[in-house]
Amino acid sequence: MIANAPLSPDSWQYRALNAINPGLDFLSDALAALVAEGHPVIAGAADLQYSNGLNRFAQRHPDRYVQFGISEQNMVTVAAGLATVGHMPFVATFASFLGLLCCEQIRMDVAYCAQKVRLIGHHTGISLGFYGTSHHATEDIATMRAIADLTVISPADGPQLEAAIKASVTWPQPIYFRIGRGREPDVYARGTDFTIGRAIEHMAGEELTIIACGLPVHPALEAARKLNAAGRSVGVIDMPTVKPIDREAILRAAARSKVLMTAEEHNVMGGLGSAVAEVLADEGAGVRLVRHGIHDEYSLIAPPTHLYAHYRLDAAGIEAVALEAMARRR
Amino acid sequence: MPPTADAPARGSNSFDPTPEEVARLREKARFVRLETLRLIEIAKVGHYSSVFSAAEIFAALYYDVMRLRAGDPGWPDRDRFLMGKGHAAVGLFPILADHGFIPKDVLDGYTRLGNPLGDHPDMRKVPGIDFSSGSIGHALSAGAGMAWGGRAKGQDFTVFVMLGDGEMQEGQVWEAALFSAHHKLSRLIAIVDRNGFQLDGMVDDVMGIEPLAGKWRAFGWEVHEVDGHDLSALTALLRRLKADTTRQGPACIVAKTLKGKGVTFMETEPGWHLGYLAPEDAARAAEEIRTREI
Repeated sequence: MIANAPLSPDSWQYRALNAINPGLDFLSDALAALVAEGHPVIAGAADLQYSNGLNRFAQRHPDRYVQFGISEQNMVTVAAGLATVGHMPFVATFASFLGLLCCEQIRMDVAYCAQKVRLIGHHTGISLGFYGTSHHATEDIATMRAIADLTVISPADGPQLEAAIKASVTWPQPIYFRIGRGREPDVYARGTDFTIGRAIEHMAGEELTIIACGLPVHPALEAARKLNAAGRSVGVIDMPTVKPIDREAILRAAARSKVLMTAEEHNVMGGLGSAVAEVLADEGAGVRLVRHGIHDEYSLIAPPTHLYAHYRLDAAGIEAVALEAMARRR
Repeated sequence: MPPTADAPARGSNSFDPTPEEVARLREKARFVRLETLRLIEIAKVGHYSSVFSAAEIFAALYYDVMRLRAGDPGWPDRDRFLMGKGHAAVGLFPILADHGFIPKDVLDGYTRLGNPLGDHPDMRKVPGIDFSSGSIGHALSAGAGMAWGGRAKGQDFTVFVMLGDGEMQEGQVWEAALFSAHHKLSRLIAIVDRNGFQLDGMVDDVMGIEPLAGKWRAFGWEVHEVDGHDLSALTALLRRLKADTTRQGPACIVAKTLKGKGVTFMETEPGWHLGYLAPEDAARAAEEIRTREI
């Protein structure tokens, strides 16, 4: 045995995550682009710079990068302090920690103090698979959405994240970005347009409109295409800005479709489904809404793709739920 | 004025305030206590003794040590002040009015509907408040962010963060302490108002924090202990720490204070952390504050 013989190309270690997963580049590249435009970006991470890809930014701009160690609450409040003196802080950690552990720091120090901090909750939903409930975030939309003066954006993929970050420069409120693990199949091409607060209506459907955010957007589109090819009429709306939500887009869908369905990698309580239900109830839109997601339980553990299949958040699962939703109408 | 960084080196005594300066600061501390009595009479409940333990710290900072510009609370180069123990804000509001950051008549509506002044400081509502607080344990992190951010922009302002001693029980304080030492935030100065009491009793009974100076030292801070009511020693120390441009990290002052300092019946009854003085008792307290030398 030779102790220092070269390893197999199939072996990998944590610091090589970027090379394995180029989807992690979007965040760093978007921030570097802002720096190039002259924006006072400061990025920070709490001992997860290889998980969120910010190591790439740190290498490029060491003077604009803050290492916090494992202290997420301190990171959020320091970011608020940075913003008070004119910086544009982007701080990132797992969504489970940002959306739950740091809830009060986000409420008190970021949102209530009206500091333009950008919070990046990554590996959201059940994308951490068998790392388990401590690392799953199926409540973060609910907690962040209930905080006044905080915008909540859940991009579907890397290009949309990049576009949303670009669009966020002039946005007056702090923002919680809810993102995946950088392995989401692309819905959009790099350079896609993004307007905060505006839904993207991909296709219109008479029978059903699926309103999705985040990772389920891609499988929802795939499911709708398949159903439409089979003669059904299914629309898809991508709702990346969960707050402030695009009320008009929801009402247009309610007027057009017999049934609405939401799809999200989140508890069906308090997330996108609830946000859509609030609009429908407010406006007295008499249309059935089927909320699809995690049904008020702690997810099982398994590899992420297995979980998406189990919870019917992949294309086949969303197609099946859509068929049930259409069958249930009235 | 305290010596500046480019002044010639002098002995440690050069930071001492003159007797006239001390007398002036003593009047300001008196003003803080009396105004606190007046404002709490409007609210009918408030944190008297939490202000009284810190009155000399307020006076030394806002009337001697801090770089401020009257009437210009948003001046980017001003020194910053944050209060972890935000419930003592009633003692700070009169100072902000005195500096022209808020109109003086706003004080008269303290805590009344539509008035910006409440029990805790609110940066969205009150010019001159550098950061909001109310949830114990956040302020040192926010101050660390300001110190990091100021250094990154080439600014030389100093960030003062006043913390309660009960606040030492919050975990985030120690996250911020690690962070500030690791990042060598030499423009950050924490002041612990070590008055010994929290709502449920003596800090050392509720959840002991000693050895406190040793803890900060172990976290990599330069630590000084001082009598928090000795305006001469306190002011000299603050001046010296602010002027020191050779320090490689943050500094912490453990200010030994007395909860309710200045009013005898409060000094012996820790329950005055929160309360209300009927007008005749407030008058008694005011009389003592006006006449007693601290």
